[in-house]
Amino acid sequence: MASIDLKGVRKVYQGNVTAIHALDLSIADGELVVLVGPSGCGKSTLLRMIAGLETITDGTISIGDDVVNRKEPAERDIAMVFQNYALYPHMSVRQNLEYGLKNRGTPRDEIDRRVTEAARILEIAPFLDRKPRQLSGGQRQRVAMGRAIVRQPKAFLFDEPLSNLDAKLRGQMRIEIRRLQRSLKTTSVYVTHDQLEAMTLADRLVVMNGGRIEQVGKPIELYDRPASLFVAGFIGSPPMNLLPVEALQAVAGGTMPDLPAGTDIIGIRPDQVIVGTGAGIALSGTVELIEPVGGESHLYVRVEGIDQVLILVQQGRASVGEADRIDFVLPLTALHGFNRESGRRVG
Amino acid sequence: MVENRPWLTFLTHFVLICGVIVVVFPVYVAIIASTHGPTALTSGMMPLLPGAELWNNVVQVLTEQRRGVAPFWLMAWNSLWMAVIITVGKIAISIISAYAIVYFRFPLRVLAFWMIFITLMLPVEVRIIPTFAVVANLGMLNSYLGLTIPLIASATATFLFRQFFMTIPDELMEAARVDGAGPMKFFRDVLLPLSRTNIAALCVILFIYGWMQYLWPLLVTTDPNYYTLMMGVKRMAAVSDADPQWNTIMAAVVMAMLPPVLIVIFMQRLFVKGLVETEK
Repeated sequence: MASIDLKGVRKVYQGNVTAIHALDLSIADGELVVLVGPSGCGKSTLLRMIAGLETITDGTISIGDDVVNRKEPAERDIAMVFQNYALYPHMSVRQNLEYGLKNRGTPRDEIDRRVTEAARILEIAPFLDRKPRQLSGGQRQRVAMGRAIVRQPKAFLFDEPLSNLDAKLRGQMRIEIRRLQRSLKTTSVYVTHDQLEAMTLADRLVVMNGGRIEQVGKPIELYDRPASLFVAGFIGSPPMNLLPVEALQAVAGGTMPDLPAGTDIIGIRPDQVIVGTGAGIALSGTVELIEPVGGESHLYVRVEGIDQVLILVQQGRASVGEADRIDFVLPLTALHGFNRESGRRVG
Repeated sequence: MVENRPWLTFLTHFVLICGVIVVVFPVYVAIIASTHGPTALTSGMMPLLPGAELWNNVVQVLTEQRRGVAPFWLMAWNSLWMAVIITVGKIAISIISAYAIVYFRFPLRVLAFWMIFITLMLPVEVRIIPTFAVVANLGMLNSYLGLTIPLIASATATFLFRQFFMTIPDELMEAARVDGAGPMKFFRDVLLPLSRTNIAALCVILFIYGWMQYLWPLLVTTDPNYYTLMMGVKRMAAVSDADPQWNTIMAAVVMAMLPPVLIVIFMQRLFVKGLVETEK
């Protein structure tokens, strides 16, 4: 177990394509950090650089006290779980688990002990003598995790490990990974593009975009105080409503509050919009579409004079029908202000 | 196609059956001829039913000594060696070169691949004179090395292995790297076992290829001790001042056919098993 430190880490591919701009990040011992972002944001590249599967153009990566820039993946003492599991198809589950240990010259009885232990934790003992192709997706996923656990590495690296599973299984495995990581207390870096997975798993969340870190923090902090327009739009589902101030001013008129200088965009979470009247920016519009999700309903509302369609979340069933008029307010305490030019939060 | 057109069915089957007859009939005639005495084939009427002389013919082929022709068992031995060395050599060289081309980044990698690939367009027959010159200058005439080495370098097999390796996900190699397997270990523990099916299939094809070589052995061997079966059979037909002994020649042909047939039957079971076992 160890901390991971990234200092000024950069990645430039041949032909001067910069995948990662100079970036600093430190991951504490035993912490689970999730890298999240849209595809192509560099999150997988960064993970692979920590793993040693990708070279580092600049900067240093250290695991524990060692600078590992020039070390082979095997020498970094990390274990990785791949999106497609990457189990050796011709080996039985047991051989898959043993392979890394054998290559390190671990004594036979130690190997057996660790494999038995991992099989017990992950409940894969009944399949130990099967080949990967005889297992279901969820079972393969467990084996892939088992292969990481038996190594007792300094860090686990997860590269979108759940994206090949169906929604139900994904939910189960997510809980399992969390439980496992808590009990093993192994430093972990987890890459995903699924913001729900990111929110629920992370001790700390790193939102990446275009090879840069947008914001780092506890998931709830990022949700409550997104530092940039990108984070505001990326974290939370349905996404935050982002409305231009000029348009709002024209529509809402007298109910507009005084805003800090430089605020051009106002953001508000769909579930914080209050239907009806009250204190705040008062608006009214036409309901275009209602998505009943079950416990709540998502209302897509068009307000004349504003280009964006607003999303409102109402608990339970919707109080109006499609094509109906609806009045609602944006409470002042729930507003987020952003500057369009810089993309950063204001105030 | 789920259609019921009796005429079409009849026509397609008719065409197919004609095709099969054209291919199979000569083989059938060879087998029949190998079972008759020396006079049956020269009498002007080709017998189409098996005779009773098969055993005599086989014994004669195995024991007869002719001038300028090596004994049958020696030629069979030479052919076997040639086929085995070519098969093993081709597979070993091509799997290693495919490994290099797919998994290693080295300068001029693409050029190396294209050079291998281009040789596909130059079969032995096209480059036979320069190849002969090289082999002769290296003093490899009348040797197993001379018989096999020029036929070993194989673009086809390299290409096949390359295509196969490219279907193996990169993550497998990365997982092996994380698991502490170096290049040799990865090759031995992962790639070789995964290539089992391809290797079995290539064994069949290459053994037959090596066994059937005629032109090259004809050029590089002048010593009857290195004659191969294919040359020997030809020489048995080339007699002066007498009629060729077609019954014994055909018996030799049938016997020469046996090893490839056995290989196909035996290896087919093995690679069907491989196919069933290693899907995905």
